[in-house]
Amino acid sequence: MKLFEYMGKELFKKMNITVPAGQVFQSDEGVEKFVANTGEVVIKSQILSGGRGKAGGIKFATSPDVAKMAVNELLQSKVKDCPVQAVLVEEKINIDKEIYLAITVDGSIKRPVVIASSSGGVDIEEVPEDKIIKIPVDVHSGVQPFLAREVARQLLLQGDHFKQFVNLLVNMYKLFKKYDCELVEINPLVISGDKLLAADAKVTVDDEAAFRYPADLPVIDERTEREKKAHQLGISYVELEGEIGVMANGAGITMATLDIINHYGGTPRNFMDAGGGASTEATAKALEILLSTNPKVILANIFGGITRCDDVANAFAQVQEKLGIPVPLVIRLVGTNEEDGVRILKGQGIESFRTVDEAVAKAVELLASSEGSGE
Amino acid sequence: MSIILDNSTKVLVQGITGRQGNFHTKQMLEFGTQVVAGVTPGKGGQQVHDVPVYDTVFAAVSKHKDINASIIFIPAPAVKDAAMEAMAAGIRTVVIITEHVPLHDEMDIMAYAEKTSTIIIGPNTFGIISPGQSKMGIMPNTIYKPGAVGLVARSGTLSYEIAFNLTSAGLGQSTVVGLGGDRVVGLSFTDVLPMLEEDPDTESVVLVGEIGGNAEEEAAKYIKQMKKPVVAFIAGSSAPPGKRMGHAGAIIERGRGTFASKVEALNNAGAKVASLPWEVPELVKK
Repeated sequence: MKLFEYMGKELFKKMNITVPAGQVFQSDEGVEKFVANTGEVVIKSQILSGGRGKAGGIKFATSPDVAKMAVNELLQSKVKDCPVQAVLVEEKINIDKEIYLAITVDGSIKRPVVIASSSGGVDIEEVPEDKIIKIPVDVHSGVQPFLAREVARQLLLQGDHFKQFVNLLVNMYKLFKKYDCELVEINPLVISGDKLLAADAKVTVDDEAAFRYPADLPVIDERTEREKKAHQLGISYVELEGEIGVMANGAGITMATLDIINHYGGTPRNFMDAGGGASTEATAKALEILLSTNPKVILANIFGGITRCDDVANAFAQVQEKLGIPVPLVIRLVGTNEEDGVRILKGQGIESFRTVDEAVAKAVELLASSEGSGE
Repeated sequence: MSIILDNSTKVLVQGITGRQGNFHTKQMLEFGTQVVAGVTPGKGGQQVHDVPVYDTVFAAVSKHKDINASIIFIPAPAVKDAAMEAMAAGIRTVVIITEHVPLHDEMDIMAYAEKTSTIIIGPNTFGIISPGQSKMGIMPNTIYKPGAVGLVARSGTLSYEIAFNLTSAGLGQSTVVGLGGDRVVGLSFTDVLPMLEEDPDTESVVLVGEIGGNAEEEAAKYIKQMKKPVVAFIAGSSAPPGKRMGHAGAIIERGRGTFASKVEALNNAGAKVASLPWEVPELVKK
């Protein structure tokens, strides 16, 4: 789960990480008063994708009425296709220097890593490798002051900035642990006079730790209604933009199914991993979700292991009888209880295939003929 | 022969009385796995498919001193505790089937595993199987046969698909290892490839990867120096960036972990990369 900048900054404040004075607004109410007290401000759209500055999602204002106009303009706009639902209005700070600082998880070394660079303010991907400091963190000791001092030294910080940085990084790691984060990123961390300020906040929290989120962690959900419904059924589901509705059992095989569809010149409407061992009921509900997206063809690729082919076939038969399946249906069915599954489908007049190759080729062929018929 | 797991391995099942633990204990016993004990706190003294159940791992290993591997079917919030318990009790091979384990718990488990020199397979894996000998996992019993192909995969059902293709083409397997789909897992390609390279009964290696992370690129560095032929298949050529494709690891973020970079690295290392799953057996035979 990604947090909006203003939510990340609320967490920063709790952990004694200094941020610019600011306030979040969902309407223009109170904007003028805030700006009158603050002076020159920056107004930032609260969206979850990066690069909002270049996309016009950040504005500056020197007076209350200009700020009010800018707030309204942003709240009525879309930035990078996201409707802006909130803006963060902050004091404009003088920038003496910009630093990049992040704590994330490096899967290749199986531990957290501190990433820093004195070339802050730009996407870290654009910073040359030799200007990036990377220090792995031992999970037992965490980020102790000694480690933070080493990062500060390599960043060439001095005096009071050095001391502030050490506290900041130690606190940032505490935040990373406390909220089960995948990423805590400050870009830029700004040196402004004698202060060190977190001018931006990117916090991503591990979805799998939801059962133990601290009560003060805000929860946001950027999934579509269908994605939420699928999640409740224990299904991984991602909407895409193509024509063939896809269901498979397992993340890897679902991905490979999408690849094979592409190979044959078709386009998938979704990624749906119906999971291993799904029951007839769960599979029927998954199929109903697929139908609700109005695909032109439905393709199911089932390799029965824990999943039983007869359960899957019964689910298709049930939905066929209850709702009717108004589009061509192609099923690849092999594995556990395959013969029963094939027989159940035959009873419904549904043909099944043994190899994924044949099934996908057939689905793409049916798609082409449905498009050819002018639908 | 095989790697990590063979017919002499004595297996403990943690979470043996749960629905999954119970079902797969039966499957493993039918396959020939030597399941000697199970653990579920509070259920000590019971039996599951004639396997004795204990309250703690310590109790199980003190009674069955030959236990040398454990498989975990415990709900995600308690997996860290269960894995630590196995390691603390001296078990040095731990297979974690459970999915949805928190990332920070996974890092804690791996740190302890490093300290205790424990082999961890998973989390979020289908397990490991040495056909004809033993299995620790949830893979179907019927699609494998003994042979000389070593198979290592990040994903479960996709590896079934490929194992099924290999078996149908008359190519049996020495050992099949599932690394798991999460961002932080125990064994990686770079751990398993050297084992397969040294295993006298493995003649060729199949690597099944997917987009996200850099595990395949790291694997390529080792493949360069391997004597045995390697065939690879990578899933996710059509995946859009920024969307998580089911596995926590399978996401293209900031241009990293793309299909193209993996295929290029593997090709440069001398591996043959199949563009479709059913091409794998042909490339192995060449």
